[in-house]
Amino acid sequence: MSVLVNKQSKVIVQGFTGKEGTFHAEQCIEYGTQIVGGVTPGKGGTEHLGKPVFNTVADAVKTTGADVSIIFVPPAFAADAMMEAAEAGIKVIVAITEGIPVKDMVMVKEYLTDKDCRLVGPNCPGVITAGEAKVGIMPGFVFQAGTVGIVSKSGTLTYEAADQIVKAGLGITTAIGIGGDPIIGTTTLEAVQLFMEDDDTKGIVMIGEIGGDLEAKAARWIKENGTKPVVGFIAGETAPVGRTMGHAGAIVSGEGESAAAKKKIMAECGIHVVDSPAAIGAKMAEVLG
Amino acid sequence: MNFGLIEHSLSVPIVSLTFAPNFEDMNIHEYQGKSILSSFGVAVQRGVVVDSVSEAHEAGKKLQAETGSDWLVVKAQIHAGGRGKGVVTETGSHGVVLAKGLEFVKEKVEGILGGHLVTAQTSEKGKMVNKVLLAEDVYYPGDSEPSEIYMSVLLDRSTGRNIIMYSTEGGMNIEEVAENTPHLIFKEEIDPKVGIQAFQCRKVAFNLGLSGKAMKEMSKFVKALYSAYVGCDASMFEINPVLKTSDDRIIAVDAKVTLDDNALYRHPDYSVMRDTTEEDAIEVEADAAGLNYVKLEGNVGCMVNGAGLAMATMDIIKLSGGEPANFLDVGGTADAERVEKAFRIILKDPSVKAILVNIFGGIVRCDRVAQGIVDAYKNIGEMPVPLIVRLQGTNAVEAKELIDNSGLSVHSVVLLQEAADKVSELLG
Repeated sequence: MSVLVNKQSKVIVQGFTGKEGTFHAEQCIEYGTQIVGGVTPGKGGTEHLGKPVFNTVADAVKTTGADVSIIFVPPAFAADAMMEAAEAGIKVIVAITEGIPVKDMVMVKEYLTDKDCRLVGPNCPGVITAGEAKVGIMPGFVFQAGTVGIVSKSGTLTYEAADQIVKAGLGITTAIGIGGDPIIGTTTLEAVQLFMEDDDTKGIVMIGEIGGDLEAKAARWIKENGTKPVVGFIAGETAPVGRTMGHAGAIVSGEGESAAAKKKIMAECGIHVVDSPAAIGAKMAEVLG
Repeated sequence: MNFGLIEHSLSVPIVSLTFAPNFEDMNIHEYQGKSILSSFGVAVQRGVVVDSVSEAHEAGKKLQAETGSDWLVVKAQIHAGGRGKGVVTETGSHGVVLAKGLEFVKEKVEGILGGHLVTAQTSEKGKMVNKVLLAEDVYYPGDSEPSEIYMSVLLDRSTGRNIIMYSTEGGMNIEEVAENTPHLIFKEEIDPKVGIQAFQCRKVAFNLGLSGKAMKEMSKFVKALYSAYVGCDASMFEINPVLKTSDDRIIAVDAKVTLDDNALYRHPDYSVMRDTTEEDAIEVEADAAGLNYVKLEGNVGCMVNGAGLAMATMDIIKLSGGEPANFLDVGGTADAERVEKAFRIILKDPSVKAILVNIFGGIVRCDRVAQGIVDAYKNIGEMPVPLIVRLQGTNAVEAKELIDNSGLSVHSVVLLQEAADKVSELLG
């Protein structure tokens, strides 16, 4: 078992022939991800990186049986790309694109409510199931296979956590970068639920930032329903109130959304909270025995 | 059923309504916000903006002729709230004052323009006032008492839908209202499929206790306000107060408008509204270099790739006995030029006693970053403070060799914990 993506996942790349799409598709293929083709409107019928290019996601799905899509199209067209993927029957849509207007994402979220699919992101590093499939932009070699699932709002901090977990001798099942935008597809809670249901995952690392209530919601669910140990870290204890730090999502907007308040809620819900971002791996090793 | 009332769990980020500067979004002045609102048919307090005392009298006269209003309000235009209670350091004038007749306009403008206005939301130094808005007096007496209403439009992140938040307690600090009388704050969620509906506009008006002409005017106002929010790609509107005048008109008397930076490509006419004199000069300079920098009050500078890791690095500096001097995200391309710029920006702050570079190389290769650091260091010549470099991830081993063999005085470490320990040791 694994979460969201695995060896069997048939992945297409939207924005396949662009600079970003090309670079990262190559990296994904190198990792062993089953990239079955890509979509660039107007370039259908051609080949890129040895894979077929389609004009529409629907064409790609029909021909290749793709069930996962990774999106690199520019921000102005990204919302459209997500909706096209959903309409074509893609089950897991991973949107890497950064800088999408909030108004566009309001529409996407609404559009997806009655579609049978899951969105991850946007503005995220993507999803990686260690040793099976990398559907994202993370450095694959850091994510060695093991028993710990990671859900995180940020990119490089996820790599840091994964590195510590691997160095602690544990390794990763799947890491999900949910993204830091005001509107995202998969929430911290949903990612945690996926890990709780995954037999291979023995422990969960939950990484958040100041702002929003995603971690608090996940923590309350874990308190009632959790069956596996969770290690938590919230970045931004020292961030000044009222400023966002790079992510639109990271606004300190109230007592309940500061790093200290979130950590308190998480600890009360039985999560093993670390104050130092350098202690994530050691703490997980400790709680998993 | 608790219809329309805000939940006490505050799924809506009340405190962010203080209009604190938001890195991702663009704040604009009241007069600019009002011009946008007005272009979408929202009734606003009429006014004219001036940037010199000599224009004031003429502008006031024109406004008087246009509005028939004898009294005029003079309002400082800065990106901060609390202007009415704020005080101009040089003159002692408040930031919003009433001129009871044209003959007083000039002296009132003189009291504000060119001075530094200190409010609850500015630093102790205050903000330089470069423009003032002369506005009609809308609190004139009439058949009924004027009343102030609070209204904002924003995204409710927990649902991914826009809401209109409103209260009878206008003109007051909304955080205090939320704290003390949360039952007086209402919210109305807008279904993105169909947009705002007439019944919702009426509901807002009725919940505000309005009837007759005022109710109809309020319905129109809410409808126009929401159209404006969607039409201009705003990320926040805060209108405090919306005024019901003594003759039952509904007018936006203030306008705090924040625009979604990510959508500015659709609105070139709004992009030019950016007033960089309102922003921190060093932050503007950093922004131009593609660096996301925020100055803080501490003694350890840091340079990191990624916002989350940058905040985590600040946290670990604190845990090591230091205080972060800044937030700095170098982004995905940490080349020599950008690294050098980042160093120079960090070093502008005289309180910096050490710099911690923390890069987790994914796409960005650590050896390239290391080379960037070495080149930048050499270009700067003398590094006045100790430098701790932690490079991890892609090509980290090569990177460490490069740094160690450079002959430069750099403390090179591999693990995040080692970086933390080194900070402690250096601050000793």
